[in-house]
Amino acid sequence: MKSAVIVFPASNCDRDAAVALEQMTGNKTHMVWHQDSELPEVDLVLLPGGFSYGDYLRCGAMANQSKIMGAIKAHAHKGGAVLGVCNGFQVLTESGLLPGALMRNAGLKFVCKPVALSVEETQSVFTRKYDKGQSVTFPVAHGEGNYVADAETLDRLEGEGRVMFRYQDNPNGSARNIAGILNEKRNVMGLMPHPERVVDDALGGTDGRALFQSLIETLS
Amino acid sequence: MTNITPEMIREHGLDDSEYARIKKLLGRDANLVELGVFSVMWSEHCSYKSTRAHLKKLPTKAPWVIQGPGENAGVIDIGDGDACIFKMESHNHPSFIEPYQGAATGVGGIMRDVFTMGARPIAMMNALRFGAPEHPKTRHLVSGVVSGIGGYGNCMGVPTVGGEVNFHRSYNGNILVNAMCVGLARADKIFLSAAKGAGNPVVYVGSKTGRDGIHGATMASAEFDDASEEKRPTVQVGDPFTEKLLLEACLELMATDAIIAIQDMGAAGLTSSSAEMADKGGSGIELDLDKVPQREANMTAYDMLLSESQERMLAVLKPGREDQARKIFEKWELDFAVIGVTTDTSRFVVKHKGAIVADIPVTALSDEAPVYERPFTRPTPLNGAPAHDKKKNVLASLQEILGAPDMASRRWVWEQYDHTVMADTLQRPGGDAAVVRVHGTKKGLAITTDVTPRYAKADPHEGGKQAVAEAWRNLTAVGATPLAVTDNLNYGNPQKLEIMGQIVAGIDGIGEACRALDFPVIGGNCSLYNETNGEGILPTPAIGGVGILKNVDRMATIAFKRQNDVVILIGETKGHLGQSIYLREIEGKEEGGAPKVYLAAEKKNGDFVRGLIERGRVDTVHDISDGGVLVAIAEMALAGNIGATVGQAEIAEAIAFWFGEDQARYLIAVPFSEAEKIVAEARAAYIFVAELGKTGGDALILDDKDSLPLARLRERHEGWFPRFMAGEEIPLTN
Repeated sequence: MKSAVIVFPASNCDRDAAVALEQMTGNKTHMVWHQDSELPEVDLVLLPGGFSYGDYLRCGAMANQSKIMGAIKAHAHKGGAVLGVCNGFQVLTESGLLPGALMRNAGLKFVCKPVALSVEETQSVFTRKYDKGQSVTFPVAHGEGNYVADAETLDRLEGEGRVMFRYQDNPNGSARNIAGILNEKRNVMGLMPHPERVVDDALGGTDGRALFQSLIETLS
Repeated sequence: MTNITPEMIREHGLDDSEYARIKKLLGRDANLVELGVFSVMWSEHCSYKSTRAHLKKLPTKAPWVIQGPGENAGVIDIGDGDACIFKMESHNHPSFIEPYQGAATGVGGIMRDVFTMGARPIAMMNALRFGAPEHPKTRHLVSGVVSGIGGYGNCMGVPTVGGEVNFHRSYNGNILVNAMCVGLARADKIFLSAAKGAGNPVVYVGSKTGRDGIHGATMASAEFDDASEEKRPTVQVGDPFTEKLLLEACLELMATDAIIAIQDMGAAGLTSSSAEMADKGGSGIELDLDKVPQREANMTAYDMLLSESQERMLAVLKPGREDQARKIFEKWELDFAVIGVTTDTSRFVVKHKGAIVADIPVTALSDEAPVYERPFTRPTPLNGAPAHDKKKNVLASLQEILGAPDMASRRWVWEQYDHTVMADTLQRPGGDAAVVRVHGTKKGLAITTDVTPRYAKADPHEGGKQAVAEAWRNLTAVGATPLAVTDNLNYGNPQKLEIMGQIVAGIDGIGEACRALDFPVIGGNCSLYNETNGEGILPTPAIGGVGILKNVDRMATIAFKRQNDVVILIGETKGHLGQSIYLREIEGKEEGGAPKVYLAAEKKNGDFVRGLIERGRVDTVHDISDGGVLVAIAEMALAGNIGATVGQAEIAEAIAFWFGEDQARYLIAVPFSEAEKIVAEARAAYIFVAELGKTGGDALILDDKDSLPLARLRERHEGWFPRFMAGEEIPLTN
């Protein structure tokens, strides 16, 4: 599997994402600068965590205006896999590739801790190596991860099997405990917790590995 | 030209004798711009005029020290061509006035100190002291400082891996915010600030200059009074986004060989960075302020020279490399301007609108700055301990202590810090020391900050020793070899005899411990005048320590890991209760002497414990500090969610045994098969050792009779901080 990690100014989980991808795939990851207008030939585009453009405006709003977004949207429309983690998820909702929005945490504070998630859906390139209903632990680290969408959208997400992960103990007030969702074509996923921080046992867990293995198995 | 009046001299924090010295150095009267320049360069914050004579006595050398004090940060060799660069610095005064921005810019400033030397910051720590919990401002300050530290560090993507938070009424009007940054570089790619050679371009990079923070360094060198909150305009505003870009751009430029010298613009901004670079390089410098990127119109030379706008750097490049550098900064959308040139005149010359507005010999701002051998009275240490009620129930007291403001879990704090970004955090907040992996290797850096201000108040000398010893012990307890420290000396007004006495004794104590433990001081910062309306803070010489683990697979943590492990106490217990947490929390007495620090025992016991960890024989270790043995056992049990059955050993009296705060002690937990051997080895080495009991179950059981469920203890321990911050725990007193 060939992959690209997008580097926005003040992305800060770009290296972590590349390290995890390289560890899992054995391939070098392409680091793509936000001012580029083309993507290299890749199977997966990963939008990493961080504070793109400082996120002084709505999170992800500036990143959505950057040059590279055109190529990312084209990649998604062609059916290419796109994964947005944390700030990457915020950028994906801003861009319209995923529905809904991420608001300030209900507790109004940044929260960094391991959280238990339930894998809700395994019919996707991102989650097929998990068991449905499996409990996994990923860390969260965000101030604005409170997922909101109107009731109709939420019903649709649930009805179409597009809620991928749910919090067991909601850390941010997200609607219906939603931690991660899929687009209609099932090739774009966004989630607030960080799977790339749990691929190494020394760091407190390996529950994220199956996510990358799912992608490798499907896209290689 | 403005005439300098005595009022102007005083407003600039200088006294008449200092101004007379300025006149002599210049051979004439100063103008207002020059007076401003002198005032910041001769401020306590920049010149260390009260402490320099004493700081000289600290040990600063060891074979692994690459760079000691005097640069932006200290540097140590950690093997394989890797270097670790670190420093701790205070941002106390700004944080009291505007807690969010004060703390945020403190974090930003110390990060720049580290990355200006060529390092990528890999971990942050902090040592925070607030007023009494019931003081009406405390919650607001805790909330602002914690979110400021998080707001800046989280955006930078550098994990904040731990620190200290304490409360005491002596900080009611003067909180302490000490931030430490640890970075990683290649040992052959360290950048220094000496601007050697004439005719080299001086470039300004980063944010534009505004009027913020003018006279921050002078403010940091003055006492507070009731009007201090009106000083808000002197607090800077942080922009971590720009700092992140500046970090990446600087590291990109450093990968070339275009730089001669580089320094961040911290306290006293453009003035101190340019003057210090010229001074260290033995050169002169000429600046043209018209070229400085400016955020506001009509800024004066005075404004620009004294501005403390954040996220700015000054570099001296090799001639002809300007365009190469400019391209990098343009890529990162940062300002870049050639604003001057180095000269061979040894003078600090500033031009504005075609006129020379300052012309000062460089040495007048550095070597010629006053150094004071301030008079002091040697403190008389307190001794002994007051009587205590020996009938109090031990486990009930334990429960009380673990829920006390100074002892309760800090989870509420560190969950607001991203402590796992960079994917190398091996030990998170809550243990003895944090451990971050050296990226891509098996090595780990252990990091801690420590000081026990109540000891330093009762006995300034032993308090200084204890801060160093505890840092050394915390690093040892995870299995690291302690390498070096940075100090952050927070005291009151040095012009008072007894305060200066605390400072001198504290530095002596630090020096003595550092020498005995082979733990050199490679950098530091002094924050004096921490007083409000004449009341000084507890002496708080915070120590930031760094150690190395050669193999992170052999690392210890505090958590109990197995049932039926034997709990072993290492080090001598005499039951010292003076200045203990027990006396304060249970008896309401802040009395008695500080525990003595026996440095030979520290070294012997610590080396023994570290040896066990390094050989893979022990993986569960906790140092014993605040609260004594039983508090340490409880913390190990809570961390591992495994209880323990323990009994008293050695000395007679239960309360003194369980809650005494004798130094140089550790607890370890090992399987039965290993325990006997370890006890025998310790005895053979003449190390005090005692088996206290074994792990297991879901409660703490004392002497086979009294029992306390872990769940109840956890509720107490975890509950206080969130309840306090929600306004439920402690009613505010007005």
